[in-house]
Amino acid sequence: MNPLTHIQSRTAVLPFENIDTDRIIPARFLTTTERTGLGKSLFNDWRYRADGSEDPEFALNKPEARGCEILVAGRNFGCGSSREHAPWALTDYGIHAVFSSEIADIFRGNALKNGLLAVVLDEADHRYLLDHPGIELKIDIAAQTIELPDGRKIEFPLEPFAKHCLLMGVDQLGFLLQHEAQIAAFEQARAA
Amino acid sequence: MSTAPQTLLDKIWNAHQVAAETAATPAILYIDLHLVHEVTSPQAFAELRIRGLKVRRPDRIVATMDHSTPTLPPDANGKRPYLDKATEAQVAKLEANTKEFGVELYGWNSSNRGIVHVMGPELGATQPGMTIVCGDSHTSTHGAFGALAFGIGTTEVGHVLATQCLLQRKPKSLSITVNGKLTKSVTAKDLILHIIGRIGMNGGTGHVIEYRGSAIEALTMEERMTVCNMSIEAGAKAGLIAADATTFEFLRGRERVPKGLDWDNAVKLWSGFKSDPGAVFDREVVIDAATIKPSVTYGTNPGMVIALDAAVPAAKDALEQRALDYMQLEAGHQLAGTKVDIVFVGSCTNGRLSDLRATASVLRGRKVADGVRMLVVPGSEQVKREAEKEGLHEIFRAAGAEWREPGCSMCLGMNGDIGKPGQLVVSTSNRNFEGRQGPGVRTVLASPLVAAASALAGVVADPSQYISEAA
Ligand code: SF4
Repeated sequence: MNPLTHIQSRTAVLPFENIDTDRIIPARFLTTTERTGLGKSLFNDWRYRADGSEDPEFALNKPEARGCEILVAGRNFGCGSSREHAPWALTDYGIHAVFSSEIADIFRGNALKNGLLAVVLDEADHRYLLDHPGIELKIDIAAQTIELPDGRKIEFPLEPFAKHCLLMGVDQLGFLLQHEAQIAAFEQARAA
Repeated sequence: MSTAPQTLLDKIWNAHQVAAETAATPAILYIDLHLVHEVTSPQAFAELRIRGLKVRRPDRIVATMDHSTPTLPPDANGKRPYLDKATEAQVAKLEANTKEFGVELYGWNSSNRGIVHVMGPELGATQPGMTIVCGDSHTSTHGAFGALAFGIGTTEVGHVLATQCLLQRKPKSLSITVNGKLTKSVTAKDLILHIIGRIGMNGGTGHVIEYRGSAIEALTMEERMTVCNMSIEAGAKAGLIAADATTFEFLRGRERVPKGLDWDNAVKLWSGFKSDPGAVFDREVVIDAATIKPSVTYGTNPGMVIALDAAVPAAKDALEQRALDYMQLEAGHQLAGTKVDIVFVGSCTNGRLSDLRATASVLRGRKVADGVRMLVVPGSEQVKREAEKEGLHEIFRAAGAEWREPGCSMCLGMNGDIGKPGQLVVSTSNRNFEGRQGPGVRTVLASPLVAAASALAGVVADPSQYISEAA
């Protein structure tokens, strides 16, 4: 995993609430045994029309949304299944941050383990971002701030360990493996 | 030692901490049972291979294939009718990975294969006081046994394979007490749909729900599994029901439970896994069972629930209007009476023997309406065997329904069991998201009784007319 310290990009906004993981990546694309290549199927049933062409009305298909790395979504983003294919599809597409006023637990955990900053903002800040699609944001992960175009800064909460892993680009398995002796001792104590 | 009353969640949590959480780091939580299936595991095994790691405790894994498997039998040459090369390759990958890493697989030839969440309890692998995980959100099902069971992503599947542990912050606790008695034709499915409708599809986010009260205690294990299964549909990390005599009776004699003196000791240990009187929860909700009616979803998320005899409520916002438009429903009109194209009975929510019996009790001696396709898919090989022993499959077939091989099937449609755009499916599964059962397909979540009644009537229908006759 590469370290993620700063993100600077315009936003794309999907204002709908309860965008579930079947929306993000429909089940029929889960047959892959790889982590990569899912970006083309991200939001598939919104992004493409029945004939396979892009739906120009869908937010991510608008010219101004091309190349944006920040997604602002309605409340309760990522609800539904535990499929890690959802954050894989987002990062493969090029999204590095998702903001909402509420994010489903499993999705948020999966995202942070894949270098995708998924964080919850308070209602007012979230509303502001929803109401101002396409604005340029500067995200500083170490400082836990989002700088708006007018220079105002929004703070966001981030679990310290997830933050450490994002900033350093380390994954959590390494950390767990360092505790091998403790895990073995735990197993022995229970077997006794 | 502190004597403060503890919740069931506290007790399981404390018993599994390899290292407690600190401000800087989450707890290291030991995992007793890891369920593995073909869809969310290949990348995890690949990670182990890249790092040269072994599976730490193959004995703590139950692996099977269920999500992308065909539900039609193999042809004369033994070839299984996979949807496509990708699904076939995914199952083959699981077979290869489990072999390479020394993990026992309940594969095609196993008489115990089934949906992971049906299989675990059948084997007695699911036990009170355990921590159980699976790369699948409906792992919450196992909470019915008083186990802390939750879904994880593929990266975490890799963590558990390699270390038998997870890094976790402790979730909050939510107590949902259901007092009183459920009325006739109100099932566990109606109960959990009602609860989700009441607290909302994000009402449990960040929490583990413990279901308590006389109505919960009165449920059978299969019913408790139905309730805990859909905890995730309220956004909860897990659902819990404390183990009691009903739980122990269910587990007694199953393949993986302790025997003899060990059994007695296990029951003693398991009996301690319940919330102490006076234990404090972060939130509490109380529900009167008598107020619950047969319930169905009318929208495109499991929180959009109404009683079967109620009118579709007016949309509160543009999003709800969009859901009504997708469902082709109008506010103020009843959902009951809406034309049905497909009826699906199955899934880890309602694919167990009691669900099939309930379905058969309505279908017996009757015919599925013209133009309605009905699929009955047992949750496991064991469920299939038991149902066939009772002749349930003949009742289904005589009624005009299809009797399939075990698997997830139309619950998520990965194996190709899907509807056509615009079709309406009355489904005993757990998710009614747009496109979940095929692009453009409209899903109504319901109990097996409502599903069976709707198959007969050809429209979404109340089962009571059929039940009173049968009784
Ligand atoms: S039956 Fe449905 S919910 Fe259950 S494990 Fe299979 S796909 Fe998931």
